[in-house]
Amino acid sequence: MSVGSAVTPESVLYAQRQQRLMDAIELREPDRLPTILFSHFWVAHYSGMNCRQAMYDYEGLAAAMRKAVVDLEPDGFQPVHAVVAFGPTMDILDYKQLEWPGHKGLSDEMPFQYLDAEYMVPNEYEEYVLDPTGFMLHKYMPRVAGALEPLSQLPMYPGVLHTRIIQSMEAYARPEIRRALETLIKAGGEMQKMRAVQSRLIEELKVLGFPSAAHGTSHAPFDVAADYLRGSKGAMLDLFRNKDRLLSLMDRLTTLIPPAAISAAKAASGNMIFIPLHWGLDGFMSPKQFTTFFWPQFQKVLLTLIEAGLYPHVLWEGNCTSRLDVIKDVPPGKCVYFFERTDMFKAKEALRGTVCIRGNVPASMLITGAPSDVREYCKKLFDVVGDGGGFILDAGVGVPDEAKPENVLAMYRYSKECVY
Amino acid sequence: MDDQSRQLVQMISDMQEEDAVKLARAMLDSGYDPIKLLGHCREAMEIVGKRYAEGEYFLPELMLAGEMLKEIGDVAKPLIKKDAEGAKTIGTVLIGTVQGDLHDIGKNIVKFMLEINGYKVIDLGIDVPAANFVESIKEHKPQVVGLSGFLTLAFDAMKSTIEAIKEAGLRENTKIMIGGGQVDETIRTYTGADAFGLNAMDAVSLCKQWVPA
Repeated sequence: MSVGSAVTPESVLYAQRQQRLMDAIELREPDRLPTILFSHFWVAHYSGMNCRQAMYDYEGLAAAMRKAVVDLEPDGFQPVHAVVAFGPTMDILDYKQLEWPGHKGLSDEMPFQYLDAEYMVPNEYEEYVLDPTGFMLHKYMPRVAGALEPLSQLPMYPGVLHTRIIQSMEAYARPEIRRALETLIKAGGEMQKMRAVQSRLIEELKVLGFPSAAHGTSHAPFDVAADYLRGSKGAMLDLFRNKDRLLSLMDRLTTLIPPAAISAAKAASGNMIFIPLHWGLDGFMSPKQFTTFFWPQFQKVLLTLIEAGLYPHVLWEGNCTSRLDVIKDVPPGKCVYFFERTDMFKAKEALRGTVCIRGNVPASMLITGAPSDVREYCKKLFDVVGDGGGFILDAGVGVPDEAKPENVLAMYRYSKECVY
Repeated sequence: MDDQSRQLVQMISDMQEEDAVKLARAMLDSGYDPIKLLGHCREAMEIVGKRYAEGEYFLPELMLAGEMLKEIGDVAKPLIKKDAEGAKTIGTVLIGTVQGDLHDIGKNIVKFMLEINGYKVIDLGIDVPAANFVESIKEHKPQVVGLSGFLTLAFDAMKSTIEAIKEAGLRENTKIMIGGGQVDETIRTYTGADAFGLNAMDAVSLCKQWVPA
């Protein structure tokens, strides 16, 4: 149960916190209500950093995260560098899919934002399904990063064999490809710097008694199709115009998506996978569309991850109350459903004995309310959703960037009073 | 209404895109009045809006309906002699995503639903500074202003936009609704808006209540 060889008060706390989280996830009653700290820019703001600084100053962000974790004492934390600290690498890559603070028109105070666009056109469906790696390398990467445009000229290896492999080396000396490769090495070096700071921070927090609660990220197949490939408009129209193509793409994605998360978890020696969902909520799709295009494929991803010994933490953005009866079909004690606006009491009724629930102190309350409002809300959650265990307290989509520190402190402190 | 027109309304409202566009083209080719044809499209959109309100249709259907309307409009509109058209509108709604926020899916759906319900919508786009809202209110004199925002940072931008509208002396005659992301009653109070909405139907209901036909 100890961390390292020596048993310290911190190593005991570490083991207790891990146990508390696992008790909740595996639907047992923990000693008290567990919490996880997940935030994008709040930890930076809490230490007086703006969004730009959080994205560029790895050490500053590490200090901010350390302070937030020590002050809030959560039972687990999601490493913050992995979700914000990629400014310098994006500069090197001339990255196109995000707009970020201090870049183009966005002020240093604004968080980064994803640019919804069509990154794959309809007649490329077959190409993706036939050769996803080739498509990503030759077409997708050049589209999402200016510096990687020359990758489109890389040899098409399935048709380049034997001595042609040797001859194909010529491509790598072309000035534009050479530049792209040099950029990749530079971006790789920058990302290693960030990762080194992140790894050191995770280790430091471990020594202080705090376990990481996210060891990799994964996706729902429809979200990959809608967010990252076809764009939201393209994906919605494809439900009618390219139904079969979309379904075969998603079939392919159910097997393509899990290995990345499985290898990330292995590299991090952990077992928690964070899965933010964007298209699962009520109102976006009809129940029939949800059970045709979203859930079956996503369920396969979940089952593959579970089979690999991982615990998915699925962030169901928005209100998913009408989906509860469908999404409860997962093996018991293996998943965490992290809800934003879903009716938590109905969720408890539907998911009791199957899924651990996480959430959902509203962003509006944490930003504009008072500590007393937060305590009252948390009490209600603990009394009903916490009943019998299987509940982790958190904010709706993690701690919102603009939350008042006193409200966030109230939330984490209150959890310590919630004893089973 | 003749059989063909009835068929067109049904095809559009039943999401038969290819057939609907083909039939509309054929009707126009054979000399059918483009103004009347666009009237049928509006009728179909009303059915789509109704099905959305009743929970039968969702965002994908609204998106496809919008596309069909555009495809048919692109063929029909050039055939309309000037001075004609100009369907009557119930009122004017000014809409935009507040400063700092670049999201627009929700806003676009609200715009579409308001338009098919008879409102003229002036869309200021995304990342709109408060001053632009103020200037546009002066210029277009909308009865309703809709502020959209997906990020939590939009809460403050909505609040300061409403304050700017107030300072410019334009608040009295303007109803303000907010929506998007994590907006709720707490944020309505915080920003000083008149109402908030969770979806495009809420926006339509609010406008109908404030600016009845």
